[in-house]
Parts: sequence; C-alpha cells; structure tokens
Amino acid sequence: MAAGIRFNARGAWSIYQRELMRAMRTAFQSILSPVLTTSLYFIVFGTVIGARMEPIDGVAYGAFIIPGLLMLTLLGETTSNSSFGIYMPRFTGTIYELLSAPVGVAETLIGFVGAAATKGLILAGIILGTATFFVDYEIAHPIYAIGYIILVTSSFSLFGFILGIWADSFEKLGIIPLLILTPLTFLGGTFYSIDELPEPWNTVALANPIAFLVSGLRWTFYGTSDVSIWVSLGLTLGFLALCTCVIAFIFKTGWRLRE
Amino acid sequence: MTEPILSIAGLRKVYSGPKGTSVTALDSVDLEIRKGEIFALLGPNGAGKTTLIGAVCGLVRPTSGTITAFGYDLATDWRAARARIGLVPQELSTDMFETVERAVAYSRGLFGHPPDAERIAEILKSLSLYEKRSSQIRELSGGMKRRVLIAKALAHEPELLFLDEPTAGVDVELRKGMWEQIGALRERGTTVILTTHYIEEAELMADRVGIIRAGRILMVDDKDAMMQRMGTTEAVIDLAAPLSAVPDAVADFPLTLSDDGLQLCYRGGAVSSTGSSSSGSEDVAALTKALIAAGVDYRGIDVHDSSLEDIFVDLVREGGAE
Repeated sequence: MAAGIRFNARGAWSIYQRELMRAMRTAFQSILSPVLTTSLYFIVFGTVIGARMEPIDGVAYGAFIIPGLLMLTLLGETTSNSSFGIYMPRFTGTIYELLSAPVGVAETLIGFVGAAATKGLILAGIILGTATFFVDYEIAHPIYAIGYIILVTSSFSLFGFILGIWADSFEKLGIIPLLILTPLTFLGGTFYSIDELPEPWNTVALANPIAFLVSGLRWTFYGTSDVSIWVSLGLTLGFLALCTCVIAFIFKTGWRLRE
Repeated sequence: MTEPILSIAGLRKVYSGPKGTSVTALDSVDLEIRKGEIFALLGPNGAGKTTLIGAVCGLVRPTSGTITAFGYDLATDWRAARARIGLVPQELSTDMFETVERAVAYSRGLFGHPPDAERIAEILKSLSLYEKRSSQIRELSGGMKRRVLIAKALAHEPELLFLDEPTAGVDVELRKGMWEQIGALRERGTTVILTTHYIEEAELMADRVGIIRAGRILMVDDKDAMMQRMGTTEAVIDLAAPLSAVPDAVADFPLTLSDDGLQLCYRGGAVSSTGSSSSGSEDVAALTKALIAAGVDYRGIDVHDSSLEDIFVDLVREGGAE
C-alpha cells in the first residue's frame, strides 16, 4: 500500500464479510429470534385482534401494522447487532487488530454499516415473507421501501456503533435498545395511526422521532402516512448525518478506542 | 544492517488520571530500529514497553513526538506505514469462535492484501497449525492460540513485526519453539522488535537491546558491546589460610576480603578499575599469579561473568535510585 492511498477497499470488504459471517454464526439469535417474535405479533394483533378492527386509511388493520412491526424489529436488531459488533472487540481486546490495520473511519463504517444494512434487508425480506402467511398486503412503492429500509438500517447501525463505543458494560449496551428504542417504537404509531389520537396526545406523539420513521415506511407501503414523507426522509437523513459526524469525531479523537 | 526502518523522536505519552493527576508513560523517547535486526526492549512492569509498541502500531495516541516508519510519518501516511507493520499482542485476543484459517485470511484482507490460500497454508504450516486450520480457535491449546496470533500478524507479510511478550506464561518447550520461529523470521529478513521479561530470551535472540524504565530509554546498544562495556567478572577465591588484610602485592586489583579473612572477592570487568583494557578473566589470571608470587595459597576459585540480566538489574536499580 503506497503513500497517499486514502481507501483500503479490501480492508472494508474483509470487515463486511466477517460481520456477515458473525451474523450467520449466530443465525438463531440474529434472524430466527426476531422472525419468531414478529410472527407472534402478527398472530395476536394481525389475525386475532386485527380481524375485529376497522381499516385505517383504507388499509386492513393486519396490513396496517406491517411497516410498524418491521420498523420495531429492524431498529432493535440493527442497533443491537452493530453495537455488539464493535463492543465485543473492545471488550475482548481484539480491536487491536482493527486499530493497527491500515483502515480508517471510512473502511470501518462501510464494513460494519454495510453488513448491518445487509442483515437488515435480509431480515426485512424474511419478515415480509412471514407476514404473507398471516395477512394480505401489497407494497405501493417497493423500490422506495427498499431504499428507506436501507437508509433506516444504515442510520441505526451507525447509532449502534456509537452505542458500542460509548458502552463500558453489557448493561449499558442493552439499555438504549430496550428502554428507549422499543418503547418509542411502540408509541410511534406501530399499532395505530397518530392522526387518530386525541389532542394533546397527537402533538405529544410527534415529539417521538420514531413516529416519523414508522410513518415514512408506511408511506412506501400504502401511499398514506401521518406526516409528510419528505419530513420523514429529511429527519432520517439528518440522523444519518449526525451519527456519521459523531463517529468521525470519535475516530479523530480516539475517544474510547485509542488510549 | 544499519538502515533505520523505524525512527522515534521525542515521543511522549501522558495519561490523564483522576482529579487532574497525570501519569507519564513515555518521556522523550528517541529510538532507531535498523532493518533486519532483532531488537529486544527490556524493562520492568509498567516501564512503558507496551505503550511504546501501541504508539507505533496505532493503539495509543502519542502526546507529542514523531514516529517515522519506512520513511512514512505515522501521523500523516499511517496507512502506508501500518500496511508493513505486524503486531502480536501480549494478551490472547482473538475471536475464539472463528476457525484458524478464516481468522488468518481476515487479517490478510484487513491489511489490504488479496486472498492467497497458498500463502496462508504456508504460514500455517510454518507454525505447525495447518492440521488445525478448520478448528475453532477456542478448541486450541494456549500455545497454539499464541501461534495463531503470530500467524495473523504474519498474514500480510510485514517487514517489521512487534512481539509483545511472545513467550509470557508459556512452557519451556514452547518458548524454545517460539525462539526458533523468531530466528526463522530473521532469516526471512523480517525486522523484529520484542519485549520480554525473560532476559535469557533477549540474550539469545537479540542483536541490540534497549532498556526502558519509567518511560525513559536508559540505554540502547549492541548486545555484545553492552555485555563487554558493562559486564563484570566476579571471582571468589577460597584461601588456604585466613588473611588480616588484602596483601600489598594485589592491592591494585578490585578486591574485597571477607570478614573471616578466608575469601578474596574480585569484581572487575572488561574495563578494569585500574584503567587497563584487560578483560575480567585476564585480570583474574594475573591476580592468581600475583597471589602465588606473594605466597598466598588458595584452595579454589569460582569465576562468574555477569549476564545481561545482571546488567539489566543493575541499570534498573541505578535508575530507581535516582
């Protein structure tokens, strides 16, 4: 590798491959477990309770909850996978190899985030496939849906990466996904439309950033949403940019990475 | 063998502690490593050996100073420099659930090299790991795990290899195996910097030795030159009859008489206290002749040349007394 080379593509590819293999090695935890959980949601809320619910914005209740459930799983899994992916090398000391290699912030992020986004897409595909066994649905804008899923999983894998660097214990690693992300996703319109909430709860719900993500994904599925797709897209891109800046700062200063 | 491939100048690392305190781990370290040599860095625990390695390998951010490897400044051209440096850490740090072959292939890719199954097989064979290539690392013995770390460090064919305490906590047989492997690396032209607690290891392997204490390099020299310059010869002469004082005939020699008058102890070296350039053993031979000429009879002589360990202990002790 000569002087002046600014990107180590093979290094990024190696990280990407390794992270995917790690997911395959823990397929039960990474893929089967969320699929099982989501299936249970479909059975309880989609089939049993959903059969007695009125359609929302012309969409059958069972189909209406698909984007929200997808978001619930993707946010949790992507954040956990990514945070675990960087926390474990820190915890076990294997991070020395990454830090001593000719890879910088770009290669590291492409490797980790690319793998997390790929895992997210695989997971989304499996969940959507599973959903067909319980409810009938059609995706209005499939390309936008794929793009939006990639955007959200990339953003939250960056967020998870920050979390994995910030955490200094397994407890801290689990706090954010369990105590913040999951409740916010539940309250972010996964099972209902925010528009149907009475005031002031309608306004309060809009203080929840996850509501915008759920709404954005729902638009790609059914063409209707609680808030404008552009607002959802802008917010997601803003979050992606913020996380990227934070990680660039972490690499520049070596915070919790280099002594 | 004189071209420096690593130059460290004015390297300083200060760790911030609680309540505004700070610890200086490296203090104005200057060091040059020559191409193709084996350099042993010796020092007591907490001397700064691992911090120094970490600063070169990118694990530690120096507070000040410059590091140049292969002509590249590590602060700016770190990619080009790191691509040619390998590190075997002190701890057994690797993904224990990965197979040996995959772990080594990952390291090769991480350093920007294309996959090369033949090269990886060659490395694994040289470290007697080929038969275990499909095993998960967690299934291996401690010695094998350490060899996996060496294989990972060699995967990108580094020209400069750091071995941080490569034989710490391993049995004698494995330690000798490691020494053979380090010797083989030298044959291939790899420059090796090793830190060790085993002075015997440095004495056996190293071309040059550096001694570090409290973050400061106390001395860097060719091992043989250091032994010659700082080594001493100690000879204990058991006398046939007690003496009341050191005889005048041998008063110029660096001698001490035991309390019971039955032992004369010589402690001199390559450069004797009298200013002559005679070696310690020649000095002892001259001493024994002088004793016989003076009529002092003796029953036995125990001669002992100081080892690198003695020099190390003396230097570190002197440093500690500052």
